[in-house]
Amino acid sequence: MSEEKKVKRRDFIFTASYALGAVGVGASVWPLIDQMNPDASERALASTEVDVSGIERGQSITVLWRGKPVFIKRRTEEEINKARQVDLKELPDPEKDEDRAKNPEWLVMLGMCTHLGCVPLGNKGEYDGWFCPCHGSHYDTSGRIRKGPAPTNLEIPKYEFISDSTIKIG
Amino acid sequence: MSDNSYTPDSKLGKWFNDRLPLLTLSKHLQDYPTPKNLNYWWTFGGILTFCLITQIVTGLILAMHYVAHADMAFESVEHIMRNVNYGWLIRYVHANGASMFFLAVYIHIFRSLYYGSYKSPREMIWILGMIIYLLMMMTAFMGYVLPWGQMSFWGATVITNLFSAIPLIGESITTWLWGGYSVGNPTLTRFFSLHYLLPFLILGLVVLHIWALHVPGNNNPIGIELKKPSKDTVPFHPYIVIKDLFALLIFLIIFAFFVFYSPNILGHADNYIEANPLVTPAHIVPEWYLLPFYAILRSVPDKLLGVIAMFAAIFVLVILPWLDTSKVRSAIFRPLYKQFYWFLVADVLILGYMGAMPAEGTYLLIARVATGYYFIHFLIILPLLGHKEKTLEVPMSIMEPVLGGSANPSFTKSLKKNI
Amino acid sequence: MKYTKIFLLLITFLTFISVSTAAENSKKLLNPGWSFKGYFGKFDRASLQRGYQVYTEVCAACHSMKYLNYRNLAENGGPEFSVEQAKIIASQFEVEDGPNSDGDMFTRPARLSDKFVSPYPNDEAAKAANGGAYPPDMSVLVKARKGGANYIYSLLLGYEDPPPSVSLDDGVYYNAYMSGNKIKMANPLSENIVQYIDGTASTEEQMAKDVVTFLAWAAEPHLESRHKMGFKAILYLFVITILVYFSMKKIWSRVETKV
Repeated sequence: MSEEKKVKRRDFIFTASYALGAVGVGASVWPLIDQMNPDASERALASTEVDVSGIERGQSITVLWRGKPVFIKRRTEEEINKARQVDLKELPDPEKDEDRAKNPEWLVMLGMCTHLGCVPLGNKGEYDGWFCPCHGSHYDTSGRIRKGPAPTNLEIPKYEFISDSTIKIG
Repeated sequence: MSDNSYTPDSKLGKWFNDRLPLLTLSKHLQDYPTPKNLNYWWTFGGILTFCLITQIVTGLILAMHYVAHADMAFESVEHIMRNVNYGWLIRYVHANGASMFFLAVYIHIFRSLYYGSYKSPREMIWILGMIIYLLMMMTAFMGYVLPWGQMSFWGATVITNLFSAIPLIGESITTWLWGGYSVGNPTLTRFFSLHYLLPFLILGLVVLHIWALHVPGNNNPIGIELKKPSKDTVPFHPYIVIKDLFALLIFLIIFAFFVFYSPNILGHADNYIEANPLVTPAHIVPEWYLLPFYAILRSVPDKLLGVIAMFAAIFVLVILPWLDTSKVRSAIFRPLYKQFYWFLVADVLILGYMGAMPAEGTYLLIARVATGYYFIHFLIILPLLGHKEKTLEVPMSIMEPVLGGSANPSFTKSLKKNI
Repeated sequence: MKYTKIFLLLITFLTFISVSTAAENSKKLLNPGWSFKGYFGKFDRASLQRGYQVYTEVCAACHSMKYLNYRNLAENGGPEFSVEQAKIIASQFEVEDGPNSDGDMFTRPARLSDKFVSPYPNDEAAKAANGGAYPPDMSVLVKARKGGANYIYSLLLGYEDPPPSVSLDDGVYYNAYMSGNKIKMANPLSENIVQYIDGTASTEEQMAKDVVTFLAWAAEPHLESRHKMGFKAILYLFVITILVYFSMKKIWSRVETKV
């Protein structure tokens, strides 16, 4: 075997060792990092069913889903009209009310301000929707951000009506 | 350690020191030549060491009685306050100790700013100090979450949500931090684990901080380099030890007034209400020592930029040794810098006050102006000042002004007026 | 230079004053003068005992105090009922215990070591019974409200007829000291609603003062020992500080620099 070949073989062995070593370190570190992600018991709380038969028009209830509050609001005609008449160009995060509330009477959304996660207060603020007391974000009757530091509209979770009076969230 | 030639007197001491030179270290610490003109603003290093040890000892004890679980944390704190022997005392010392720690660290930092202690060759001391300060803020924040009151919960929600501002991966990072889909029990238990760990990291960094200090030696109010040892210095023991002790005792009197007579005045009433994920308190405010940064965060109308501004406010401090271009250290000889220094002090106080007020109307306006000045001070004024400012003449030694031996009588006069 | 400093301090100070006065428009809280305030403050035992009577006969119908135990009633620094009295008080309440040897849960009279019995089995039941508003637990209430004892005292005496501009829903009352002025709790106190055992006249002010004293103790049961220890600790610190000061002067006299 020539001297040159020997060097090449040695380089290959070193490189392979480093590479395999890095794979090993990565593989052992990953469980240490991933253990902090939501565990199986957290993930199991994926969906919840809510009875909404008792809610009058104009009223709203708050339920907990995955540790977060969910607003279920039965809107009045006036509130629906107000939400639908808005010019989308006025909105920081343009979204049609028709897309946010499939059934216009019912608005289902996460009660967490998209700024820093506080719970906004209902029937408050400059747009008669929601107002976040923490840093002053105003949401309209469709839960869309209108004014303040929050970047996006209140999030709509995945939900469906499984009967006329029951909503399944998640 | 300059003093390698030291040999202990006793045979046993020599045997031990040859194998582990702890006695050499101790001798070095005792003889460490310290400028004799250090004023009382220099006693806060010792006070801070005391604060750290107090927090670690009281924290260890509290951890023996505390239960890190969302359903039991609040109750276990009440258990400490009511049933554990002297539990109320230990918890109040720990809770107020955090505030006293920050009070001392702010004085320590502003002393360094006034006397230019961060400048060459002391950049490493300053940077280590800033890392310690950052870790202190993290530790204090996580500690505040542990009682699981309303402010704990919502403070944790607001602060962890800062990370959701990061584009693309922000959401995954917050979920990872929470260990769930919102702040909850997994968040509490990991905060407890880290709150227990970080103080020991701080302790390690404090050792490095002091090590880095002992390489060039202390700065001093005049800000000149000294020959060490010389007639300008005194040995650390007993001169500085006794002076630090005296200052520490004064500090302890103030500490004791808080612990025994106003233990809750620095806290927030809402934290005696158990955490409730469905109700946000009307005003979420962090503890007082984080308020200036909170005001900066809120004064920017955009979420991501607000978070960036807040972290930038800390980062400009880290790179301060390179932002300040002036060769003169002490503000005593920098008439213009001195004025801007006091502007900065007022600015930070105003920011702190605005952080406690609702972010609207006049408050928001004032907070924005103050945020503006904060960055202008560090990023524009300081770099320019080093070139433009006409500084006063700096004396050759500490003894010079004291003995009245300066060649320039008007200088001696102005110095006397300024010190 | 001096002037800049003074000028800046003045500006800072004025900003604080102007914005803080703009923020404070709530009504000034009543202060009946509490015996437990101040460096040597102690609870008034008789007032604590009367306060417990008000709590148990009026408040306890809705408000729990789940962090207190019956033994606390006989402990030093509190109402200091005798152990016998505290046992009798405890035995008037029923607690669930078990399981017994048959595996069944059973009820028995409470003992000193038991926690105060809550009026409702859980928070949801408490809400349901009170029109959706949860009557807060009172164990730490004094520390959990801005203004503390003065606030709760004021609130208890703050029921008024609403001004004509304010309309109230059913089951909502007007209170001058509540934030937003609307409160779900009906005025709990009326003259002679409690017959004090010690014969004190039960005016609204007297009952409010007694029950708030009791709540202040409940929130901070070690307040008296804290005050006592604080005095000793600070006295000690003063003395040793003076001694250390003179030691320092002595040591520094060896160098020609002043400390």
